[in-house]
Amino acid sequence: MEPACAAASVGVGALAHAAAVFGLFFSFPSDAEGRWVGLDSLGRMFLATTAILFLSVVFYTLGYLRREEGRTTRDLEEGFLFRNEPEGMFVGCLFLFLASMSLVCIAQHLGLLWVAVEATTLASAPLISFHRHHRSLEATWKYLLICSVGIAFALLGVFMLAVAGEGLVRLLALHELIASAGGLNPVWLKAAFILMLVGYGTKARLAPMHTWLPDAHSEAPSMVSALLSGALLNCAFLAQLRAHAILLAAGLGMFSGGLLIVFGLISLVVAALFVVRQGDYKRLLAYSSIENMGILALGMGGGGLAVAGALLHALNHSLAKGLLFLVSGNLLAVFRSKRIADIQGALSLTPISGGLWLGGFFALGGLPPFGPFLSEWLVLKGLLENGRWVAAVFFLLALSVVFAGVMRHILPMAFGRPSMAEGHDGSSSSIREPLWSILSPLVLGAMALGLGLFVSAPLWRLIHRAAVGLGGP
Amino acid sequence: MTGIVDFLIVLLLLTNLRILGSSRIPACISAVALQGVLLAVILVSLSSEPLWGGTAAFALLLLAVKGVVLPWLLRRAMRDASVTREVEPFVDFSTLLLLGGGLMGLSFLIARPLQVSAPPSTEKGLLPSAFFTLLTGLLVIITRRKALTQVLGYLTMENGVYLFGVSQAIREPLLIELGILLDVMAAVFVMGIVLFQINREFDHIDTDRLSVLKE
Repeated sequence: MEPACAAASVGVGALAHAAAVFGLFFSFPSDAEGRWVGLDSLGRMFLATTAILFLSVVFYTLGYLRREEGRTTRDLEEGFLFRNEPEGMFVGCLFLFLASMSLVCIAQHLGLLWVAVEATTLASAPLISFHRHHRSLEATWKYLLICSVGIAFALLGVFMLAVAGEGLVRLLALHELIASAGGLNPVWLKAAFILMLVGYGTKARLAPMHTWLPDAHSEAPSMVSALLSGALLNCAFLAQLRAHAILLAAGLGMFSGGLLIVFGLISLVVAALFVVRQGDYKRLLAYSSIENMGILALGMGGGGLAVAGALLHALNHSLAKGLLFLVSGNLLAVFRSKRIADIQGALSLTPISGGLWLGGFFALGGLPPFGPFLSEWLVLKGLLENGRWVAAVFFLLALSVVFAGVMRHILPMAFGRPSMAEGHDGSSSSIREPLWSILSPLVLGAMALGLGLFVSAPLWRLIHRAAVGLGGP
Repeated sequence: MTGIVDFLIVLLLLTNLRILGSSRIPACISAVALQGVLLAVILVSLSSEPLWGGTAAFALLLLAVKGVVLPWLLRRAMRDASVTREVEPFVDFSTLLLLGGGLMGLSFLIARPLQVSAPPSTEKGLLPSAFFTLLTGLLVIITRRKALTQVLGYLTMENGVYLFGVSQAIREPLLIELGILLDVMAAVFVMGIVLFQINREFDHIDTDRLSVLKE
């Protein structure tokens, strides 16, 4: 396929997908109870997030592919030459990735859900090794193997769920399982939940099953990292939520919620430890994803208002993290280094990217008036309301450590005298950035800011409806 | 039928030990292929009713994919990469066999509380052997250096999960079974492609050389 043709097709495809999702968003008023696929409030929310993020990432990708077209690139760290993957292959896998993520969002049958989640792994692996060299291959191998092993455990969990429902449910359809949850065998149900939590948790980067993540994120092209972190994380989390919903319906909410809280706290602590001593800014973003995953799990386990907070936070995190990963690609292109220490004065050299970089971290750190402030506050309030004091204290402590650690890294990057960049004489004049590289992050940033200032009534209703089945208010 | 199934289970346990204890990759591939065949036979011999069309078709497909196609792919990958031996794994083979024995005991231990509340129709030996196969695969992935052997470990794990499905007589719609099988096949295929690229990049497929990325 001609490169230009491939690039054009991915743009058209993303637009068509977003248009279809937009149409679906308004056309099904009630929660559909499909046997195989259906769009309930929870799936609708995650599907819309995926569509928004994919569309903005694709716009960035068009410019990125044009810049990289047919180029032999010199590696930034070790100085060898490498070529990129053929563009047709990259674009094809991008489509497959979008299709499998959409299937995860609409799957109403746990077997189908498993098939879709496994498909996301396979479709995204070639995306990570777009730059063909030994480090990206190493990252791809780790990603493939660790996620496949994790997903194998999840499959065992799905089978155990079938055993738990022996004689009760004919199909592993979600609404059938929830409707007859009271009669499911509790021992097998608990075992199934543990396996699904750990298995899908490998993909959702809950610590300690997160080890593939920093490597994949530091080696993948920035827009792929944005998709992995902003969209794939949600999909894997959604798979865990489906299992959690069944346990809640079976009256085992204390068990599954407790486990979610424990894994959430472990993720927060691990992220806090690694963020503080991180020297690579793409890895910094990866550990921040682990932290946010911890917040989501904590909120889900907390119950009540925290559930609504966690759902809102999933959306906020996708927007802010998508923004940050795209901007990290811009910084990488200008400064030619992934090391935090090599970058200074981003604000004066690249004012827009530098400003977005700073703003994105302020947003993700939970400063008002950005969206994550509101959602993190809701999670905290929910935890306190339900008397989960210990979790709330840990939550606040980890958040402050992460915020301090991140700011220690980020402020010198943004301010100070510009470090020498290639093709730049070190004077204070700024570099003109191409439109494609800043428009998508700007839009994502505007949305993250908008969600902090004003959450519209339809979105609240959607979150409320989605939270009902998950122990929400 | 219990006698036959018991015999098949013992064979399956032996293939696990073979995979754990052998340094020769062709032998490991044959053992994994044999597991695929055993899975299909167990599936057929457990079906109580006269062979129903769906079950027979699925057993045949299982036989074809796990017993023929995947081993063929792996043998080809092995030839392309010209590796035939697992040189010095992280843990030596006799220790691995001992660990394998420990894992077998562990599997029976895990299976007991579940078996108590399992549906009464279940064959008693199947549940622990499914867990044992799963854990064997995991142990192989953790302790071996060659990327190819890690793929074999993944397949062993998948066989364990399948054995569990067969043992609990889980009758998912054919569509889902096909999807799962297709995913596993695609996984091995993608892993094969990455293997090929790693091989071209490094001139060998030791994953312990894949260790630039760490904290």
